[in-house]
Amino acid sequence: MLNPDLVGRTFEGATSTTITAEAIAAFASALDEPETQLTPPTFAITISLAQSQSLLVDSGLNWNRVVHGDQRFVINNPLIAGAQIKCNSTIESARVVAGNEIVTVRSDLIENNEVAVSSWSTLVFRA
Amino acid sequence: MSIFKINEELPIKTYIINRAKLVAYANASGDQNPIHQDEAFAKSVGLENVIAHGMYTMGLVGQYVGRMAGSSAKVKEFSARFTKPVMVPADVDVQLVVSAKVIELTDEIARLEITATCGGVKVLGMAKAVILL
Repeated sequence: MLNPDLVGRTFEGATSTTITAEAIAAFASALDEPETQLTPPTFAITISLAQSQSLLVDSGLNWNRVVHGDQRFVINNPLIAGAQIKCNSTIESARVVAGNEIVTVRSDLIENNEVAVSSWSTLVFRA
Repeated sequence: MSIFKINEELPIKTYIINRAKLVAYANASGDQNPIHQDEAFAKSVGLENVIAHGMYTMGLVGQYVGRMAGSSAKVKEFSARFTKPVMVPADVDVQLVVSAKVIELTDEIARLEITATCGGVKVLGMAKAVILL
């Protein structure tokens, strides 16, 4: 079970990620998007989910048992090629329902000290 | 003046999901969980078959929302609950049918309520988006 002391804590991403035009194009193409220059609305997941995974696995949760419960994005500034993004992840809540552990992580993708995109992922770790 | 009307039903669009597309999405997103690619593995963890990434389904719906908005850059909020897995058997093109209704309209934004189904079954719950006009 997740240590309850972790709830409310923010973990700052150690390094920044530079978004490449190639990454945007590959992601857009995979989603049948003919316009491959702009980031699709869900692109932030390519950064936020990997960081949530390492954070929660380091905290003792088993990623092999994970199911994505729900997902939300608030996009203040669409990400663009060349943007340098730092990702800060906050464990907003953790609760156990019928043996399943339900954890919500908010990831703030920061560009030039401003939150460009916030992504909330609710992840269900099956009993 | 807005291009939308309140309570307007927006056009239906159908997306094809198959195993090759799941591999392309896995590579593009970095989510290489084998339940989305390897049938034997998926069955070994109690699934009926390979399932699509929830974020792949949501991503296709995001493509729809961007198209309705006129540009993906106009999508300001987007949320969904993953209520039913999308099963993707080998050598099958699964159809994801997406539609939306305008449930709120202001001078600046439209709020859409989105429906996404496979084989008549809703696969997303509470799917909503806010787009800039």
